Amino acid sequence: MSDDGMEQASAAPATVRHHETVVSGPVEHDITDGGPDMVQFVDGDGNRLPTSPSNADYAQIVEDLTPEDGRSMYRDLVLVRRMDAEGHALQRQGELGLWPSLLGQEAAQVGAGRAMRRQDYAFPGYREHGVAWCRDVPPENLLGLFRGVNHGGWDSNANNFHLYTIVIGNQMLHATGYAMGIQRDGDVGTGDLDRDAAVMAFTGDGGTAQGDFNEALVFAGVANAPMVFFVQNNQWAISEPNYKQFRIPPYQRARGFGFPGVRVDGNDVLAVYAVTKAALDAARAGQGPTLIEAFTYRMGAHTTSDDPTKYRIAAEVDIWREKDPIARMRGFLASKGYADEAFFDAVDKEADELAARIRTACHEMPDPPKPAMFDNIYVDPHPVVEREKAEFVAYQESFAGTEAGQ
Amino acid sequence: MKLSLAKGLNAGLRKAMEDDPKVVLMGEDVGKLGGVFRITEGLQKDFGEDRVVDTPLAESGIVGTAIGMALRGYRPVVEIQFDGFIYPAFDQIISQLAKMHARSLGHLKLPIVIRVPFGGGIGAVEHHSESNEAYFAHTAGLRVVACADPADAYWMIQQAIASDDPVMFYEPKRRYHERAEVELDEAAGAPLPLHSARVARPGDDVTVLAYGPMVKTCLDAAGAAQAEGKSLEVIDLRSLSPLDTDTIFASVRKTGRCVVVHEASTFLGMGAELAAQVQRECFYSLEAPVLRVGGYNIPYPPSRFEEDFLPDLDRILDSVDQALGF
Ligand SMILES: Cc1ncc(C[n+]2csc(CCOP(=O)(O)OP(=O)(O)O)c2C)c(N)n1
Ligand SMILES: [Mg+2]
Repeated sequence: MSDDGMEQASAAPATVRHHETVVSGPVEHDITDGGPDMVQFVDGDGNRLPTSPSNADYAQIVEDLTPEDGRSMYRDLVLVRRMDAEGHALQRQGELGLWPSLLGQEAAQVGAGRAMRRQDYAFPGYREHGVAWCRDVPPENLLGLFRGVNHGGWDSNANNFHLYTIVIGNQMLHATGYAMGIQRDGDVGTGDLDRDAAVMAFTGDGGTAQGDFNEALVFAGVANAPMVFFVQNNQWAISEPNYKQFRIPPYQRARGFGFPGVRVDGNDVLAVYAVTKAALDAARAGQGPTLIEAFTYRMGAHTTSDDPTKYRIAAEVDIWREKDPIARMRGFLASKGYADEAFFDAVDKEADELAARIRTACHEMPDPPKPAMFDNIYVDPHPVVEREKAEFVAYQESFAGTEAGQ
Repeated sequence: MKLSLAKGLNAGLRKAMEDDPKVVLMGEDVGKLGGVFRITEGLQKDFGEDRVVDTPLAESGIVGTAIGMALRGYRPVVEIQFDGFIYPAFDQIISQLAKMHARSLGHLKLPIVIRVPFGGGIGAVEHHSESNEAYFAHTAGLRVVACADPADAYWMIQQAIASDDPVMFYEPKRRYHERAEVELDEAAGAPLPLHSARVARPGDDVTVLAYGPMVKTCLDAAGAAQAEGKSLEVIDLRSLSPLDTDTIFASVRKTGRCVVVHEASTFLGMGAELAAQVQRECFYSLEAPVLRVGGYNIPYPPSRFEEDFLPDLDRILDSVDQALGF
């Protein structure tokens, strides 16, 4: 998909700066403009940007994409947003206890997920519904955790998509260890496209503060592990903006751990795809880790339990709305003549069907039988659990026929 | 004045900050947001960013730097966002916070309070409903307390901050919004000392020991038992380390029966320690073995199971009947 003849975007929108004076002196972060290092291929209006020093290394990857690739990425963006909206709606209807929305981060997740190969492995946080989608994880699988019927429960190895990890940072080390296993299996640098594998570890801007995150960078660097650390910098960690988490942006930190870091426009699916593909290719080839910082924005609340009006201004949300990842890709496809209205309508219709499917699956999800809470605690039978389960069943049965048992 | 438990904590923190400029609050989202439970609401606005610190998202970092600030003469009050997120700080708490006073032969003091919203019953996803008090009560050098009502929330948080030892301060998150009368004026009567237990409801037949969120559940159970002609004495332990054994033993010597109730799993939980001490000290008064009602010995289950996992009125009364049946 080339940049022929397209003009560059007109005036960039005004920016919002976070500026606070604290004990140690002022720290300033531009939270709407990713700066000149940021890799970008399509601007907010859908215009294909010309090759520049920051995106030149990845231009060929974008050139190699076909219009069909572009359409199918667009389809993923729309379906992922719709899946997310349905999760949100189900929470509002009382069907789910909680939903962390990815609204605004679709391109970051679809770009990353689409760059992965079948044998690669993803270690998500709790907001990576779009990565799950790209790994072919049935969206229904994600509901159980938020409905409170299980703690995830899916077989990670079915789609090489690990369980969600809620404790911030923990999974970064698991991903690194998994990558160290891949090294020991010799599945790096063989040149066999179906064999060489890499691991992607996902966290947020807040997650970069955790010890586990930083230890993972140390371990991955030392091992030269086949890894991509993918930080979705959505500008907020609940109520805390970037300047409360770090002084320099995450992509600049990677160098200090001994491997490259790249900042990419997280709302530009082509850019995210290209940067991630390059990083994964390098990892699989044995060239070690890369840290990708996807510069994006959390359009919604942190989760359905959160009220962002307490801590952020509407103006920054408005600026980011102009950078919407889906509108941008749609503009790009339309202006290039790669897709027409009939295509967009068909995708919307498919999204409606997906939403209905998720809704039905949620409504029909059975509550597991109560004694199931004692299952799978240990691999082999454990006498304490066995005894308590038996006692629990007997206790439950003691209510049978009484008022409480009905 | 009628206050919720959350507002009681907020008022207590405010009072402590007014009384001592060295008191500093630290934690995730404690500033503008006022914490995810709004316990620190309004405090950053009134005391500034130097005294109400939105920390980076790293619990080991929070507790480790709190230790450093205490060494410099401050009295940090740390908020851990949810019980299940304290473990990254476990090393700092166990290896340093608990031991530094002893290692310095008494030269160093660490007047740090670690506030932990704990327990279940709020329908949350995993890691948001745990009761991990026993890990810390097991660790010498830490004081461990749990408030159960708004008045204790208001007074105990101030007493914990005034303590020159580190205090793990457990808050029953499912009770945050329950309201009760709170006497804010010290002149109206000195509050109970931080490490005293309280007879929450006097009775004659069975002693029920509880703390935090289970105090209310046990009081409800006592009300139901009353209707059946059984008289329960409910004791709110308030302090888990040290234990106010005088109050506990006096009650058990009177009733001859003892049931311990907590949300935490029973194996090596607080009930194990209490049962051991009660049977040793009240042996000749006991009419029945000390019984425990607690969470089952499994990881905290998905929320659709929690109603059955957590002790409730029926399970408490079931154990009371067992104790009476001996
Ligand atoms: C160890 C730990 N501490 C605290 C929390 C509570 N918590 C959940 S999400 C979150 C903010 C995460 O921000 P970020 O890493 O930027 O990811 P985002 O939610 O923005 O995607 C916090 C503090 C947690 N889950 N784990
Ligand atoms: Mg974030």
